[in-house]
Amino acid sequence: MSAAQALRPELRDPAARRRLTWAIAAVVLLWPLGRLAEFHPAVLLDPANAGVMGGFVRGFLPPAADAEFLHELLQATLQTLAIATAGVALAFVIAVPLAILATRSLSIAALGPADGRWRGRVLRQGVRTLMVLARSIPEIVWALLFVRASGLGPAAGVLALAITYGGMLAKVYAEILEAADARPARALLQAGGGRIAALCFGLLPLAAEELVSYTVYRWECAIRAAVVMGFVGAGGLGQLVDQALKGFVPGQVTSIWLVFLALVMLAEAISLVLRKVLA
Amino acid sequence: MSLQFDKIGVVHPNGRRALASVALSVAAGERVALIGPSGAGKTTLLRVAAAGLRPTEGGVMLLGAQPWALSSRALKGLRARVGFVHQAPPIPPRLRVVTAVLAGRLGQWSLARALRSWLLPGDAAGARDALARVGLGERLFDRCDQLSGGQLQRVAVARTLYQRPQLLLADEPVSALDATTADAVLRELVGYSSASGATLVASLHAVDLALRWFPRIVGVRDGVVMFDLAAADVTPERLAALYAGDAGPGVAQPVEAPAHRATMPLASA
Repeated sequence: MSAAQALRPELRDPAARRRLTWAIAAVVLLWPLGRLAEFHPAVLLDPANAGVMGGFVRGFLPPAADAEFLHELLQATLQTLAIATAGVALAFVIAVPLAILATRSLSIAALGPADGRWRGRVLRQGVRTLMVLARSIPEIVWALLFVRASGLGPAAGVLALAITYGGMLAKVYAEILEAADARPARALLQAGGGRIAALCFGLLPLAAEELVSYTVYRWECAIRAAVVMGFVGAGGLGQLVDQALKGFVPGQVTSIWLVFLALVMLAEAISLVLRKVLA
Repeated sequence: MSLQFDKIGVVHPNGRRALASVALSVAAGERVALIGPSGAGKTTLLRVAAAGLRPTEGGVMLLGAQPWALSSRALKGLRARVGFVHQAPPIPPRLRVVTAVLAGRLGQWSLARALRSWLLPGDAAGARDALARVGLGERLFDRCDQLSGGQLQRVAVARTLYQRPQLLLADEPVSALDATTADAVLRELVGYSSASGATLVASLHAVDLALRWFPRIVGVRDGVVMFDLAAADVTPERLAALYAGDAGPGVAQPVEAPAHRATMPLASA
């Protein structure tokens, strides 16, 4: 802002002060968080630590590849994939209706606005609260609860993923839909179209790519979450990592890590192909 | 009466007044052009007429019903009978032309029919007929992002024609079109109105087009109706008063690139 501009109040950007305040607030709030997390980047560069790290890493080579272990690894991989996929599929079924209800650009009562506007607002707030509740408890905690309730096994992992990821997908779906240009959907509602019709003909053509890419990314996250839940008895690769670490067989850990890598690359490839199809 | 405004006023939530005490009656089958400088309130008036904006003062009768006294289901049914050509075509670029046109009847279709049409165009012949009227019959299965801005606007007109509304509202329907295409599109809108008996109310930037195609002209300025006359009675003095201080009454401007005009001749032109 030039000095001449500062002197003339009608030329002063009304947003400037607010933006500056938020920028300062963000730094002031984030700094103590870094200290609290004991984040000390300098430690990583200390040469004394490098030797220790090197020896540690060498222990993990070569990866284990005996037939018996590979068979076990395949079984566990399939189980983890099954948990993640079933969990995300269930989460999707939960998330779609919630997201449609929560999206403001699909509100028919907003036209006018009509008398039903307040009812709509209360409903949307209720749905958003439900979404917050669903994702407020980490999936690992749900998994522990379900393992207690329904015993060890993949079902606990699937249910845990469905609840937490249902909330996450619904929240982000609604936000992606609201970020898209609302005018096509609103024009359809204006011409008497229904909410779902307006979603399909007005919003999805704008947002499909982003929705698909986020869903595939969440599936990738679900694979990792399924691994972690394996540590608490939900089966799959997590259980295998647990065994390998407890029995201290570093080569097996490396093999499992290679499988993780392959799975993430698979998710990446699927996302790429789907986005190309939709573009 | 197709449309009746009883001294309506509109004050936007930010406190700006868009319309003041507008009284207007349009009989079924009538064709009315709204003219006036930009910011006069023409778009607001059309949105009120489409039951998309609720006036803060006064009452509206639309196709024999009071929209804001209806249940939400009945209001939806009423809106399905009103077509609206928006100034900027509200069509997602990734939609195919055929789907964009079929969307015109979403208000009349069941959800099952809508979803079927979304996955696989059900009435491609109907969509093609509507597109042929605006000279785009060949582009049925193209994607909308392959069209020019003017062509997209014509797709939006085709969508509204496919809707078969009883009241057709158009907000600057031809401002993105070159002079020849603009004239042809207006001919189609007027032709639809006279063939079906539908009422047509259009706001136009180009006064010459308004006078040529519409028997009744309503001049709007600063949210107030300045005159409501037969086209023959609109004198240059009245136009000068309506546009006083503005850049002056507009004429149809060629906006579309000539290349598109050459490759895409209108069927009816």
